[in-house]
Amino acid sequence: MKARVTISLKNGVLDPQGKAISHALHGLGFDNVGEVRQGKIIELELGDISASDAPSVVDKMCTQLLANTVIENYSVELLD
Amino acid sequence: MTEITKEIVAEHGLSESEYERVLSILGREPNRTELGIFSVMWSEHCSYKSSKKWLKTLPTEAPWVICGPGENAGVVDIGDGQAAIFKMESHNHPSFIEPYQGAATGVGGILRDVFTMGARPIANMNALRFGQPDHPKTRHLVSGVVAGIGGYGNCMGIPTVGGETNFHSSYDGNILVNAMTVGVAETEKIFYSAAAGIGNPVVYVGSKTGRDGIHGATMASAEFDDDSEEKRPTVQVGDPFAEKLLLEACLELMATDYIVAIQDMGAAGLTSSSFEMADKGGVGIRLDIDKVPMREEGMTPYEVMLSESQERMLMVLKPGSEEAAQKIFEKWELDFAIIGEVTDTGKMILTMHGEIVAELPVAPLADAAPEYDRPWVKTVAPAPIKASDVSPVKDLGNALLTIMGSSEVASRKWIWEQYDHMVMGDTIQRPGGDAAVVRIHGTDKALAITTDCNPRYCYADPEMGGKQAVAETWRNLTATGAKPLAITDCMNFGNPERPEIMGQFVGCIEGMREACIALDYPVVSGNVSLYNETKGVGIHPTPAIGGIGLISQSDHMATIAFKSEGETVLLVGDTSGDLGQSIYLKEIEGREEGAPPVVNLDVEKRNGDFVRDSIHSGLVTACHDISDGGLAVALSEMALAGNIGANVSIQSDLPSHAICFAEDQARYVITTTATNAEKLLQNAQKCNVPLQNIGTTGHNELKIENTLAISIKDMRHVHANWLPDLMTVPGHE
Amino acid sequence: MKAAVIVFPGSNCDRDMKVAIEQSLGTSPIMVWHGDSELPDTDLIAVPGGFSYGDYLRCGAIAGNSPIMREVVKKAAAGTPILAVCNGFQVATETGMLPGALLRNANQKFICRDVHLKITSQNNRFSGAFKVDDVIRFPVAHHDGNYFADDETLSRLEDNGQIAFKYSDEDGTVSSKTNINGSCNNIAGIYNEAGNILGLMPHPERLISDQLGGTDGKLFFDNLINSLN
Repeated sequence: MKARVTISLKNGVLDPQGKAISHALHGLGFDNVGEVRQGKIIELELGDISASDAPSVVDKMCTQLLANTVIENYSVELLD
Repeated sequence: MTEITKEIVAEHGLSESEYERVLSILGREPNRTELGIFSVMWSEHCSYKSSKKWLKTLPTEAPWVICGPGENAGVVDIGDGQAAIFKMESHNHPSFIEPYQGAATGVGGILRDVFTMGARPIANMNALRFGQPDHPKTRHLVSGVVAGIGGYGNCMGIPTVGGETNFHSSYDGNILVNAMTVGVAETEKIFYSAAAGIGNPVVYVGSKTGRDGIHGATMASAEFDDDSEEKRPTVQVGDPFAEKLLLEACLELMATDYIVAIQDMGAAGLTSSSFEMADKGGVGIRLDIDKVPMREEGMTPYEVMLSESQERMLMVLKPGSEEAAQKIFEKWELDFAIIGEVTDTGKMILTMHGEIVAELPVAPLADAAPEYDRPWVKTVAPAPIKASDVSPVKDLGNALLTIMGSSEVASRKWIWEQYDHMVMGDTIQRPGGDAAVVRIHGTDKALAITTDCNPRYCYADPEMGGKQAVAETWRNLTATGAKPLAITDCMNFGNPERPEIMGQFVGCIEGMREACIALDYPVVSGNVSLYNETKGVGIHPTPAIGGIGLISQSDHMATIAFKSEGETVLLVGDTSGDLGQSIYLKEIEGREEGAPPVVNLDVEKRNGDFVRDSIHSGLVTACHDISDGGLAVALSEMALAGNIGANVSIQSDLPSHAICFAEDQARYVITTTATNAEKLLQNAQKCNVPLQNIGTTGHNELKIENTLAISIKDMRHVHANWLPDLMTVPGHE
Repeated sequence: MKAAVIVFPGSNCDRDMKVAIEQSLGTSPIMVWHGDSELPDTDLIAVPGGFSYGDYLRCGAIAGNSPIMREVVKKAAAGTPILAVCNGFQVATETGMLPGALLRNANQKFICRDVHLKITSQNNRFSGAFKVDDVIRFPVAHHDGNYFADDETLSRLEDNGQIAFKYSDEDGTVSSKTNINGSCNNIAGIYNEAGNILGLMPHPERLISDQLGGTDGKLFFDNLINSLN
């Protein structure tokens, strides 16, 4: 089983990289781009783990290490 | 097995005659892996086939030289059982294609060259050349290269203490990224690359091998065309954290006596490291490809041998030490694999899945490497431009401001503030002066380090330019109070198959040779980067010189900043007033013309020795060499650094614009207390050194009597803002 | 008095920290390798600058979860003074020993230079060499020093006097112009509530002699060592 964790900065936390991307896109003529938020995706290969246990285990990984909940939000997607 | 066609040979960058030579060495057709190995070993990058003939003419010896060119880096004795190990190397093509990773891995490579020899790196420098400031790619390239150099060096915890940066249209399509590292080792603990001891294990350590950078070495030896951006996948990705681990693990292993030989895997990876170790030791090597730690599945022997994955080393260990050595690498969580052994066959034999996949004779492959005497024509030196040939502008104050805020002279602070230049706690002269100075940890000694080259001078007159580049590094070291020891050279040129380019190369080497001999300042390491051309247009010849000097007592050091008000300002050296190739001519007249200033090496040595002795005797409070932009720029830089102005008046028959902006060589500005000025003037007379009292420090402006008066504030404004303004995307902070 | 310096494989200011402590203390601190599970009893623990485990994922995140930091957190809770500089500060926020987080600098660039800092609260142990409103000079060298905390946390820090230093100019003016990296409220360093942990982005260990360009760092360490003796 695979899990895909998406991590992004919380609303209200300044995201200079997102701002730079938005600016660059405007520079290229993509005028309809509004706010851009940058984040990261972490793909995990999970070994022997049941589909029912997986969500809580990955959630633990996120709160303990993968995301810093002071500044970041995360979401988890389980893939087959 | 694929048949070797003409096309495949050409793709590997081998000429028909070179392929004929392959056939005669082997007595058969090579297979694909063998062809790949020949191709990288005989590439310009690894074989120096176009440059060797001329490099051999450079002086490489002095009583303090422990190891000259030919090893991973040069080694000089700095006393007390210590040695400085240093080298500069280019990473031009990769940095143009992917500026961040190209520059970062350039730094990684040169660091490995230095710590392979047993030194802990203590400083990084870099010499950068970009296209015109307003070229559409320049901003992107500057920003990526600077971030890449910083990203790697900062993480490693090695201070990047300075360097130089030029902007010129000749680099629009070929930027130059030359990185230099200086390290310190014990003279008794220097490691070389010659493999020895039949049956000794050959060990691979560091990161795993992937498909990165296959054919980087051949790419570095080919001209660019419009498709170059397609070559992106060949650029390697650096992992400075892995390199930091590798550095610490290697130094820990080097403290034992387990290592027979060690060589980093740089360009051409496992191929060139194993061949060089075997060739230098006059032995054979057998490698089992299956044992190489690999990052990807299904790699072929061709890919493994040519991969340029970073942060890897190859070593020959003493028998019986494998287990203890392995423990050290496990502690640092790095791969450690015994992948072969030293043999007496004189052959490189590679096996995979129990079968021989390549079998090549070591010595013939190395000895028969092509060496060319390429046709060349001497560059015709242009006529000098006298001060009287250039009508002065009305407002020389404005001219000074224009020059202080020009691409040539403006502050590089925006660049070096992105480099951690203080980590390791020994940087006693930060970037922005004539040379950076770094203490040897735990001692009162220090090394002064600088890189210099004026490509406009080299283009106009390669011989004079080559001489000037060496002399300027010598002068910059001298201005800090250091005794110049030796240089490393990074020779960046266009296509050597064109006689005029080859002529530039030959000219620069000749000038460098003369300067090195006259100044007792040999070449101990270096690198050649040719084919820096796009669509037939070559870069300005750029022999970047990195020099190091020794300061035996760190309080005997001078800096460029004016120290206090009311000190006497003195000018060392004569001024002819010629303006050929000067920044004044370029920025004010818009011309890059005429002969560069003449370098008189006897005068250079005489004046420099006087300045150094004066610094050592404690009479000098500030010192700055006069180079780009002339006297007015040198005074301005001293005023800016000390935030103190000066009032000067120069006795001369020359017109004011020549006094202010001529770039005559072998000159310095020094300051001293009012009481010591007379003593210095007397000493100078004894040594036959022209020394003139030109004024006094003080107030908040630079005033040159009857010529100009500019406030430090105005000067700082133009000087500080040019580069940040260039790099700021309009409308976006 | 005994001091310890935590050494991660990617630490690179560990030697600088050792030299600075040695200069003020007269003896060497104990260098504690990250793989060691035992942390000796000391009167001061320094977590130095660098890149701990390469600073992948987030600066200090992996180090914040390392076994040795769990020991440091325990000692800190028991009252041992902790000095967390630069990467050490990032690690300390990741462990939760200090509130907030350190984001990428607002200009997205690595910044290495001397900065002026205004002393904004009195903590005799760490800043006894200076008075509130004094302006001192330490160097910074970081890519991720942009201090962030939510509004509630920030007002708690301000109210409790937990803000140690703010980025200012030479004259002590704190403004957006002197905010080098985008930090909330110009924060350069903070204390925990108990006042035994100082986390700061600037490097006091880099300015400990005239030859290195200044001595404010030496004053800082002399006071720290004296107050713990």
